[in-house]
Parts: sequence; C-alpha cells; structure tokens
Amino acid sequence: MTALDIRAARPDQRVRGGASDWEIIIGLEVHAQVSSQAKLFSGASAAYGGEPNAHVSLVDAAMPGMLPVINKYCVEQAIRTGLGLKAQINEVSRFDRKNYFYPDLPQGYQISQYQHPIVGEGEVEIDGDDGEPIIVRIERLHLEQDAGKSIHDLSPKETFVDLNRAGVALMEIVSRPDMRSSKEAGAYFNKLRSILRALGTCDGNMEEGSMRADVNVSVRRPGEPFGTRCEIKNVNSVRFMAQAIEYEARRQIDVLESGGRIDQETRLFDPDKGETRTMRSKEDAHDYRYFPDPDLLPLVLEPHWIEDVRATLPELPDEKKKRFMSAYSLSAYDAGVLSGDTASATYFETVAKGRDAKLAANWVTQELFGALNKMGVDLADSPVSAAHLGALIDLIADGTINGKIAKDVFAKMLESGDAPGVIVEREGLRQVTDTGAIEKAIDDLIAANPDKVAEVKEKPKALGWWVGQTIKATGGKANPQIVNQILKEKLGI
Amino acid sequence: MTDLTALSLIAALDGLAKKTFSSEELTNAFLDAIDKANPHLNAYVVVTHDKARAMAKASDARRAKKGAALGALEGAPLGIKDLFCTEGVRTTACSNILGEFTPTYESSVTANLWREGAVMLGKLNMDEFAMGSSNETSRFGPVANPWRRGKDNSNLTPGGSSGGSAAATAANLCLAATATDTGGSIRQPAAFTGTVGIKPTYGRCSRWGIVAFASSLDQAGPIAKTVEDAALMLRSMCGHDPKDSTSLPLAVPDFVKACGRSVKGLTIGVPEEYRVDGMPGEIDALWAQGVAWLQAAGAKIKSISLPHTKYALPCYYIIAPAEASSNLARYDGMRYGARVSGKDLLSSYEATRASGFGAEVQRRVLIGTYVLSAGYYDAYYLRAQKVRTRIAEDFRTAFADVDAILTPATPSAAFAIGERGDDPVQMYLNDIFTVTANLAGLPGISVPAALDSRGLPLGLQVIGRALDEETVFAVAAALEKAAGFNAKPDAWWR
Repeated sequence: MTALDIRAARPDQRVRGGASDWEIIIGLEVHAQVSSQAKLFSGASAAYGGEPNAHVSLVDAAMPGMLPVINKYCVEQAIRTGLGLKAQINEVSRFDRKNYFYPDLPQGYQISQYQHPIVGEGEVEIDGDDGEPIIVRIERLHLEQDAGKSIHDLSPKETFVDLNRAGVALMEIVSRPDMRSSKEAGAYFNKLRSILRALGTCDGNMEEGSMRADVNVSVRRPGEPFGTRCEIKNVNSVRFMAQAIEYEARRQIDVLESGGRIDQETRLFDPDKGETRTMRSKEDAHDYRYFPDPDLLPLVLEPHWIEDVRATLPELPDEKKKRFMSAYSLSAYDAGVLSGDTASATYFETVAKGRDAKLAANWVTQELFGALNKMGVDLADSPVSAAHLGALIDLIADGTINGKIAKDVFAKMLESGDAPGVIVEREGLRQVTDTGAIEKAIDDLIAANPDKVAEVKEKPKALGWWVGQTIKATGGKANPQIVNQILKEKLGI
Repeated sequence: MTDLTALSLIAALDGLAKKTFSSEELTNAFLDAIDKANPHLNAYVVVTHDKARAMAKASDARRAKKGAALGALEGAPLGIKDLFCTEGVRTTACSNILGEFTPTYESSVTANLWREGAVMLGKLNMDEFAMGSSNETSRFGPVANPWRRGKDNSNLTPGGSSGGSAAATAANLCLAATATDTGGSIRQPAAFTGTVGIKPTYGRCSRWGIVAFASSLDQAGPIAKTVEDAALMLRSMCGHDPKDSTSLPLAVPDFVKACGRSVKGLTIGVPEEYRVDGMPGEIDALWAQGVAWLQAAGAKIKSISLPHTKYALPCYYIIAPAEASSNLARYDGMRYGARVSGKDLLSSYEATRASGFGAEVQRRVLIGTYVLSAGYYDAYYLRAQKVRTRIAEDFRTAFADVDAILTPATPSAAFAIGERGDDPVQMYLNDIFTVTANLAGLPGISVPAALDSRGLPLGLQVIGRALDEETVFAVAAALEKAAGFNAKPDAWWR
C-alpha cells in the first residue's frame, strides 16, 4: 500500500479528532457516460429521456439468441479520453461478464472490462487547496454497459423497469487514493469533467446522470499507513461529495477513537440527511463470477488508429490555461476560469481577438459571467453574443462611450440582446468629446464654487470632486480624460 | 408414384428443377408423413402446416416465373431445430422456461435458408437448451429413434441434443434439418440414426438468433441424408454475419464441389488416444475398416498422438456449464417466457427458475456457477481454459503432418430411452470423441458407415483443419462411397 501513497496531507488539511489529528485519504471512481449516438453493444439510441423503453433493441432486452457487437465510436471515445488523461492506451483489452441478477439488468450480467481495461495509468493535474498544482494519478479507465432503471414509486406493489439506459456506454475512471481533502476531491472531479467536455467524450451533465462518482474514503493518523476504506455510492454532485466525505471521515474517526474498527463496506449517501449508511458489508459482497465474455473477441486496437485519434485531440484545459496566461497575460485565476470549458474559452477568445485581452477577460469573467450567474442562464443561451461584447469594448476604446456608460449599455444588452452601437445611438449615450460643452460646464462650476477652487489648489487630490461634478453636469457622457485635461488647465494645477 | 419423402435433398431439388413435382406436392408429402409419424417419433414440437404450404407455393411461383432468381434450396422442405429463433413461430429450446415465447425475429442461419428458397416444415425436438445426449431432457418428452434393435420393439434414443433433427431426417420427415453442436450434438445423433451431420469450423455459421448454450463452443450445422446434401445445406447456412462478433468474415467455399475431390495423396491421421477402454469391438473394427477404405482410395495413413485427449471431457464439462450458467441468466421471468411469482423478487427468481429449468439444465447451471465462483475460478475455469489451449495445440501439431483425422463418432450405438438416465457422467461419456473438435473449434463430420450386430447404425468421424471443411467433405464422401451405406430403418411408425 505504501508504494501507492504519494503524499501526506498538509497540516492544514488534517482533521482534528479527540486525541490526535487525522488525515483523510480519498480516491474516486467516476462513471462517465460516453457521448455517442448508439449504445455500447447495440444500435439503439443512447439519447437521454424518451418514453420508457423507447430506446431498447432486442439485444438490450436480452432476447434469446441476441449477441453484442462493439460500437467502434465508443471505443474511439475511450481512446480519446485516455489520451486526454495522458494515459497508456492498451492495444489489447478484453470484455468480461459481471454476473448478478436484477430486473434492470436483462442479460443477468453486465459486460465490463475487469482484468484488461482499454486504458491504463494516467494523470490529472489539479489545483491543490493552497493553489499549488497536485497530480492525481489515474489507475485505469474501462468501458462498460449501464443498467436500466428500476422505478419503485409508481405502484405500491410493483416495480417498473425502464431499459432506455440499459446498454448505454460508460467509462469508469478510477483514480489512485491521491486526494487529501473534500476540496481536492471536488477539484479533481471538476477538472475531470472539464477535460471530458473539452474532449467531447462525455457531456458531464450531472442532472441527467452523465457523470456519477463512487467515493472511497479512509482515515489515518499522520505518518501511518492507509486505513480500511469504505466506498460511498450515490454521490451525484460535487456539493454532496464534500458532505459525504466529511461525514464519512468524521464517522470513521469517531469509530477509531472509541477503540472500534472500520469494516470494509459499501455505504450509501443520503443527500436528505447528509449522512452515509451501510449498504452491504464485505461478507455480503456479491460474487460476480467474472469471466471473459465468449460472445466478444478481445478488443485489439491498431496503433495507427490510436495515433489518428491523438492527432485530432483538441487543446485541453491545462494547455489552454497556460496559453491564456502567456499569450494574453491573464492571471492564473482568470486563465483558469476561462479555460475551464470550451464554450467559455471560445467566447473569451472571440471577444479578445484584436482587443485588449485583459479588458476582455474582465468583461467576460466579471460582468458577463456575473450577470449570467445571477440570471441562472448558461453561456450558450447568453443574450449578449461574443461579437456584441467585443463591439462594446471597441466603443470604449475609441472613446464613443466611457466605462461607466458602458456598464449601462451592457445592462441594456442583457435585456434586449441588441448590439451596443444600436443602444448607444437609440439612448443618446454617445460620450461628449465636444470641448466647448465641457468648458462651459467647468466655467459654471468654477463660478458657483470659489471655495472648492481654493481647496483644489492646496490639495490637488481634490480634483476627483471636480471631475465627478463635471461629468455629472454633462449627464455622465463627458470623456473623463478630456475633462481632466481642461480642468487642470482652467484650475491651473 | 415414388415416395417423394425418401429422396435425398439433391435428388428432390433435381425433381423440382425438372418440374417432376412441385414444392407444394413435396411439402404436402412431408406434412402428411409428419402427421402420421410424429405421434410415434415425437420429432417435431411444432408443425407449421400453413407456413410450409405458403412458402412452397411462393417457391413454385418463383419457379414458374421466367427469369426469376432461384435459390440453392428452392422449394426444399426442411426441419428446424427448436434452438433457432423463427419469426412468428414458437421457439422454446424445448424448455418450460420459455413458455410460449414467439420471436419477432429470425435467426441468421434460418434467414439464410429461406433466402435460398427453402420451405419450413416446423420446429424439431431437442434436449432442453441443447443440454443432453439422448433428447430425454426435452420439455416435450423424448424422441424415438426410427431405428430399433432388430426385432426388439423398445424405443431407442436418437442421441442428442439434436435428436429431433436426426430422427426427422432418418425417418424422411424432412429433406434435411438444421442442428447445433456444442460438444457433439450434431455428430452423435447423426451417428445414432444413420445420417450425416457436420459441425463446421467455429465462426462459419452465425450464432445470431440461436438460443445460446455455450457461446465459445456452439456451432450450427446440418443433419442430412448424404454427404453431398450436408455440403449443400452447410453452404447455404453459413456466411459472415456482422451481428455475431465471432462470425468469420470469409467467403464460403463450394462444399458440394469438394465432395467430388479425390482423397488420393491425402494423409489421414489415426489418433491412438481415441482407442478408449470398454469400447465395443465392433466400433474398433469399423474404425479399422474406415482406415482400410481410405487407404484403398489412395490416402496415406499415419498414426498420430493427441496427448491431451483424456482431459477433453472434464475440460468441456467445466467450460460449457460455466458459459451456460451466465447465458441462461436472462431467463428470469421478467420480460418473456414463463414466470412463477413469489412473495418478493428473490422468491420469484427462485420459483421461476426452479420450475422453468429441468434437472439437467439446473445441474449444469449449478456446476457453471460453482466453477466461476471466487476461490474456484483459477482451479477450474482458468485451468480448463489452459487445457483447452493444449488440446488445440495437439491438433495444430497433428495437422502439420496430416490432412484429416479419422475417429469413431461415438463410443456406442444408440441406447434405449431411460437406459442411461441415472448417471449423468455415463451420459457425458457419449461426447468423448466429439468434444475435442468443439474445444479446438475444428470442423467435424459424422458419416454412417455400417450396422452393428443388432442392426443399428454406427458412424465414423472426420476432423479437419480449421476452415478446411472441403477436405473433410472429400474424405467423408470417400467413406460414404466405400461404405455403400444404404440401410434404412423399418418404417414401424407409419
């Protein structure tokens, strides 16, 4: 076990117990649904939703004599994901049957990859709790079938089964126990999600169950080897993941500190109560009787196919972040936010093209993301297009409007979806650069405020009041630079 | 008028081509024969009178139409083992658990036959889920072998699991039949009924739509009256099917033409390990006779060794039940077939499977579950897979020196119904000469060669290289010619 143990928790990541401090050791098994048209071994649609049992082929329903045929596209998606995780792609892998009985498992076995997965060891870089990068090692990625859905609440006495999901391709991505806090686990999950989305191999939609995690948690006193772990199932969001890890770690610490022993078991997370409870103990664990599926040949990948897939890999979030930092001089934080998913990155790069990149980043991350977040709208449905936001920045740059007016224009763009130029003209918001009008306003101010004139000559910092009043007098439309310049001349400072 | 049902497939096709008779006449002759014989033989579990006549009429219409494309089996009435899913026709693998299951789809092999113009007479009896060597495990009861021991009127088994296919072919209740072979289920019943049965190379026939027993061993093949008939049937049955991942993407050779090849210059291997203890002298003598026939036809004979033969049967009875235990998991009473409801899910599963599966199927599901269990997998399943590799290597080594291998097909002639019911291991020994070809994926044919002292047919088996069915057919045709086997059972069932 110690060979796997790559690091100790930092002191600030430790959890205080009654007698000593404890470290939390976390590993994740993430099930990610492969983005594909058809299921892993049948031609039925893999689309989410649809009437119950509308996407079910003879193979999915396990009719007598039906046979699985591998969906090549799903294999390609697994290769792509493996490459994105900087992992070893196994040129020979194999499908096994995992045997158990349940009504939503028509074949009586799940086709999975037990001994020989398609993808071997890889890694994911995440930002640690202190902002320093941490490597989370990937143990393996394998392809397997999803089960159907048992519906217990339609009738008091009966269970209904919907096989739409039965046979849909999943990638199970298993990490090493390399995380030391619930925050790191969340960061890993989010990073994995952004990589999969960038690759286009999983849509990462957690509401539709496209990404689910089983969390392995154990605790130890600093310096000790790993403790016995428990696997927590049914963790369907990053928030629940943090809750589940913290509850489970506390539970294990309490057991150990009161002289008890942790039993290796599978536990279920209850999101309503925020706690985990025993699902099945090791003794009750199924004997899945794994054996190679005799209906399928070993999966042999041509090396040139792997290379072809590699050649089409998109820029991944980490590379994108580095490029944003170097090419646009963005901060690590802004670069991280903007490279997190393809849509944000594309939006930002459209806005930034030929413009001040830092200004563009500010507008996108603060104004736009802030507004969309408040409205509860996805970037894809943003009323402000990247082209319009770019045009707004252009209006600031060429002096048509100032920064303050730009915020008002932006608010109107969010409401109407109109181009900023149209709004500026319609609302008469064009910046006053006419020095005559500004000079007139300043002359009026000087005449009305002799005491302030004296003050500003003593304390040049008081100029701010003059600038504000002048702009106010022009209805906010005066160009601040011109105001500044004329004020200085007229006040003789 | 001659009895149309007594014709060989090739002779019947000739008659149809020459319009000596129509497919409708031929089909009606078979349907009449089935209606008379089936109460005695129990070979058919479904007779598709209407479908057969409709298909025959359609075939006749194709023949009548000038320039219409005709299939290789145009108008030929065939019987179909109940393991093949047939669209709109009840398919149960002769198991209670499938209830009245009627597929909405057609197996690839039968679809190939219908595309070639064949006519479906009905579904043939078999051992439940093809597990058995006597057709006694069928939910529809045993099949009677058309052959009897001299004047003894007790019914014999036709062997199994393709007992219905063999009995129907031997009793002229079809021109030929489909069958399947997992450990000898084509070759053993063929040997017991004086018919020809070939199991092709694994992957020649698509398994799509055939109720699975043991996926890595199951192969479809025909049971027919002559070697040429079997060749013609097989040619229509096989071919690449993208719906079966283990189907071979290869063109199908002209097997009928191969039957005419000379065996002169071929080297035939005779494996010493197939001389088993307690084998009747008659079978040993027939084997020697077979060697002499091939020698006389110009073949060279070479004694060979297949040293792992003695492990084949135990290896088979681990691998086949292991796969079966998983393949039969889908029969859970949830979506189709028979269901016995219990008070909860577990009791429903238990009640459904306890009443739906017969004793032999339950035995094999239990064996299979056991050998795959944690802690036993390495000792049983994994070890059996290693033995399987050795058996295949034995054959590869042997085929470096020989072109085909000659063995007896079975260690005995047909036995009586109920005679071997008590000891499953005695029953399993029936497969001793045939399982090796399944484990190694090789083609094997059984050819009737003689009658024993009680008047029962005995068969010789020819095993060939993978994909070399052509040599197998050539050697089988040479044996058929030399043996001149033309005995027919007394038609006591009429």
